[in-house]
Amino acid sequence: MATGISPVLSVDGVKRVFGRAVAVDGISFGVGPDEIVGLLGPNGAGKTTTINMILGVLSPTAGTIRIEGVDVVADRARALRRTNFAAVYAPLPGNLTVSQNLRFFGLLYEVESPGKRIGELLEAFDLEKMKHVKFGLLSSGEQTRVCLAKAMLNRPRLLLLDEPTASLDPATARDIRAKILEFCGRDRMGVLWTTHNMHEVTEVCDRVLFLSHGRILLEGDPAALPRAHGKETLEELFITVAREPLALGGG
Amino acid sequence: MGVRLRRAAGIALRQYYLLRGSPARVLALYAWILVDIVLWGFITRYLNTLASPGTDFVPMLLGAVLLWDFFTRVMHSVTTGFLEDVWSQNFLNLFASPLSIREYLGGLVLFSVATSLLGLLAMVALASAAFGLRFFAYGLMLVPFLLVLFLFGIALGILGAALVLRFGPASEWLVWPIPAVVTPFAAVFYPVSTLPAWMQATAQLLPPSYVFEGMRSIVTGGAYSGKPLVWGLGLCALYILVAAWVFARVHSTVVRTGLLARYKAESSA
Repeated sequence: MATGISPVLSVDGVKRVFGRAVAVDGISFGVGPDEIVGLLGPNGAGKTTTINMILGVLSPTAGTIRIEGVDVVADRARALRRTNFAAVYAPLPGNLTVSQNLRFFGLLYEVESPGKRIGELLEAFDLEKMKHVKFGLLSSGEQTRVCLAKAMLNRPRLLLLDEPTASLDPATARDIRAKILEFCGRDRMGVLWTTHNMHEVTEVCDRVLFLSHGRILLEGDPAALPRAHGKETLEELFITVAREPLALGGG
Repeated sequence: MGVRLRRAAGIALRQYYLLRGSPARVLALYAWILVDIVLWGFITRYLNTLASPGTDFVPMLLGAVLLWDFFTRVMHSVTTGFLEDVWSQNFLNLFASPLSIREYLGGLVLFSVATSLLGLLAMVALASAAFGLRFFAYGLMLVPFLLVLFLFGIALGILGAALVLRFGPASEWLVWPIPAVVTPFAAVFYPVSTLPAWMQATAQLLPPSYVFEGMRSIVTGGAYSGKPLVWGLGLCALYILVAAWVFARVHSTVVRTGLLARYKAESSA
């Protein structure tokens, strides 16, 4: 993140403990406007726990999370007004149509001129033809597009994407990535993006954070980071983080 | 921040969409209460043949069933609205939005007002047409009667939702029988004086008992000042505040323990 620019997201010393297990161990990072930050790490590293805390559905054991300067714990509603998310494990209600879902969430996010905005998003995500189809009847790719349309409803300043292209074929995934990048660039969003697809990370992320056992092990430019740690590719680096975090100073 | 009506309206709109698109939900809204009216309509008709001439059980028994079903409908309407979010695993989308607890509960109540009034109209129409119930014979007291039952239904509905939020989706079965558990104490079909002392004490704490005492008093031609109903309304207001507070506390607990984020897992953290 460039210095002197106020971060959209500011995570400071955040820790989350479940019983005796430390899921997230005092992490600090920021996401700037117009910046896409990849949150990477093996399963169980603490990525989703971190996202849940940023979204206010899980409270941190310690530390603070601020979105545009507003503390998520102290004033959740205000902090989340210009935040949105899409996650593979958070499908929209399957018994509402695409259009009904967007209207419903449009009201929750108090979208201005919701009819116009929904029309724009239906067109942008190629959902016009299926706007009267129930969400639960759509294919995985179509559901992902609807979730992303919902995530863009309120023109978020902070967008959280938890594996947005998981379970999509490569062609659909590429189209979805292009669409997300188009929206992010237009609205100057700060994006926190988790994925296990290292090709995707290289394509979209300005910066990555490698999480292991709840700690940030590495941070930097996804293009330069592998060589800096004696690896050829980001995937190799990922495997090292997953299998031998101690070799990189973690644990 | 104050309550944003648009967000509460969004919750109500979502419920309306579900109802509009589902004949099964519409049927569930009316079926059981109408079956109850038919059943009790015939029971009262039969009892009238056994009783001394001039005795009419219709306003006392059928009227009581109608009012109690109205209360049940209100309570179930709130809890069903909440359970729709449980069944569609929608908590993460809802509570990761700027929606506040007050707005969420307000939306559920808003929708409950509409569906409960529709249910009431259907019951009154059937009971009047088929069994000669003169619903408006209760006079102006009808307004506080319905208000007390409505508010108490809202309070228990919110409390039921809080139970399911705290103990997970499987605890839904705890919520459905709540009205049945309350019935004997609320003196729906008999005077409070019929009950043993400890049940009478419980009845004093249940606002519907004042409604049914009042209803019987009017039907038998006795005087009814309505003052106990004011106490009943006060209790309702208190119970709604307590229920909303409990829901907010439970929400805060499930956010703290991580249960909300892992609600599907039904963990008991």
